[in-house]
Amino acid sequence: MHKRNWYLIPYSLWIALFVIAPIVLIVYYSLLGLDGEFTLANYENFFTSTYLTMTLSSFWYAFLITLFSLLIGYPTAYLLTRTKHKQLWLLLIILPTWINLLLKTYAFIGLFSTYGFANQVLEAIGIGRKQILFTDFSFVFVSVYIFIPFMILPIFNALEKLNPSLVDASRDLGASNWTTFRRVIFPLTLDGVKSGAQLVFIPALSLFMITRLIAGNRVITLGTAIEQHFLVTQDWGMGATIAVFLIIAMAIIMALTSTKRKKGVTS
Amino acid sequence: MTKKWKISNLYLILVFVILYAPIVYLSIYSFNSADNMTNFESFTWDWYKEVFQDGRLLIIVLNTLVIALLSAAISTILGVIGAIGIHAVRRKRVETSLLTLNSILIVSPDVIIGASFLIFFTILGIKLGFTSVLLSHIAFSVPIVVIMVLPKLQEMSPTLVDAARDLGASRLDVLTKVILPYITPGIFAGFFTALTYSLDDFAVTFFVTGNGFTTLSVEIYSLARQGISMKINALSTLIFLFTLALVLGYYFLNKRRAERPLVRPEVS
Repeated sequence: MHKRNWYLIPYSLWIALFVIAPIVLIVYYSLLGLDGEFTLANYENFFTSTYLTMTLSSFWYAFLITLFSLLIGYPTAYLLTRTKHKQLWLLLIILPTWINLLLKTYAFIGLFSTYGFANQVLEAIGIGRKQILFTDFSFVFVSVYIFIPFMILPIFNALEKLNPSLVDASRDLGASNWTTFRRVIFPLTLDGVKSGAQLVFIPALSLFMITRLIAGNRVITLGTAIEQHFLVTQDWGMGATIAVFLIIAMAIIMALTSTKRKKGVTS
Repeated sequence: MTKKWKISNLYLILVFVILYAPIVYLSIYSFNSADNMTNFESFTWDWYKEVFQDGRLLIIVLNTLVIALLSAAISTILGVIGAIGIHAVRRKRVETSLLTLNSILIVSPDVIIGASFLIFFTILGIKLGFTSVLLSHIAFSVPIVVIMVLPKLQEMSPTLVDAARDLGASRLDVLTKVILPYITPGIFAGFFTALTYSLDDFAVTFFVTGNGFTTLSVEIYSLARQGISMKINALSTLIFLFTLALVLGYYFLNKRRAERPLVRPEVS
C-alpha cells in the first residue's frame, strides 16, 4: 500500500484552519494586553478575587444544574425503560432538543413573568405572587429544562444495556429494591451518568443566552464573561484568558468523566 | 403493585407535561388578540399576518435557510471525504489523534467556538456577515458528519472493495458504485444533523455575525431582549411546526429505509 491517502488533504486542511488555528489564536490573544503588547497581565487579572469568585459561582451553578438534571433525569430514564413503546417515548423526549433553544427560553419569559402562568398558579393555591424571573431559581430551572434530555439519553442507553438477569439475581439473593439500585443498577449505569454529566456540565459553564434573558444580569457564568469581553467591552485579551481557563476546565471534566477505555478492559 | 405503577406513570406524565408545556403555552398565546402572554382575550390570526407581511423578517428566514442548506451540503461533502480518509489510515495512533482533533469542535462550548472564530476571521480580514457565518456553520458541522459516516464505513466489509477492484473497477468506480451507496444512510443522517445544527445555532452565529446579517436565532434573541411580543410567539409556533415536520419526516423516512430490504448497488 504505497498510494497516498488523498482524502485526508481537504480534511486536514479543515482541522488546521478551524480546529488548531482558533485554539492557537485564543492562547495568543490571552497573552495580549489592551495595547497589543505581550503581557501576563490578563492572567494576573484572572487570579484576582473578582474573576475567581465569578469562576467559582459559575462552577456552583453548573454543579446545581447537573445535579438537578440527574435527580430528575435518572428516574425518568429508568421509568422509560419500563414503558411499552420505549422508542416512541424516547423520541418524545428527544423532540424538544430539536426545537430552537431561543424559543424555549423565550417561552419561560412569559411563563415566569409577574402576571404569567406560574404566578397565576401560585396565587390560586394561596402562596401569592412572587418575583420568579431574574432569580437564581428561574436560571437553574430553565437550564435544567433545556439540558434534561441530554442527561436522560445516555442514562437510558446504559439502562438498556444492563443485563436484567443481574437485577433478578440481586432480588433472588434477598436484596431490597434500594440495595439493588445502589449496589447493582447504579454502579452498572455509572458510565451513562458520567457522559450525561459531561453533556450537561460543560455547556452549563458556558451559557450566556439564558443568563441574559432569564437571570437578568444576576448570574454571571464563564460564558457570559467571555461574551461580555468580546462583544461589549472589546477587551479580547481578557476574554481569551477566560476562554483558556474554560478550555482547561473542559479538559479536566472530560478526563474525569471519560471511562470508555477502562470499560473496554473490564468487559 | 398497581398503585406503584400509577405513581411511576404519573411521574413520567409530569415530566412530559413540563417538557412540552412552554411550547404549547407559547403557541396558544400566539393567537391572543392582546399583546401579552398572560391574558387571553380573543382568538386572532393577526400576529401570523404580521409575520408574513414583515419583509425584513422573511429575508432573515431566507438567510437562515440558505445558510443551513449550504452549510449542511458542504460540510457533508467535507465530512464524507474526511471519514473515508480517516478510515483509510492504517496506523492506529494517527487515527486516534485525528479522531481526537475531530471531536474538539463537538465538545467545545459554543462561546469558545464563537470567540475563537471571531478572532480567526478578524485576523484573516474576512468581513463579518454571510461568509463568516457560513464558514463557521460548515466548520462546526464537519465533525458531526464524520462521526455519523465513520461507523458505516467500519461496518462495511473490506472484501466488497477488494472484489470490486478484482473485477476491474477503477478507484472512482469503487467510490461511486460501492462505498458511497453503502454509506448513504450515514451520509443522510450526517446531512440532517448538520442541517439542524445550523438551524439551531445561536451562540456561534451571535459572535461571528456582523451588523448587516442576521439569522432567526439571533433575531429572536434581540427581539426577546426588548420584551414580549406575540409576533415572536407566532414566529416561534411556525418554527416549531417546521421543526416537527422535519424531524418526523426524517424519522419515518428512516424507518421506511430500514424496513426496505437491502438494495444492491449494482442493480440500480
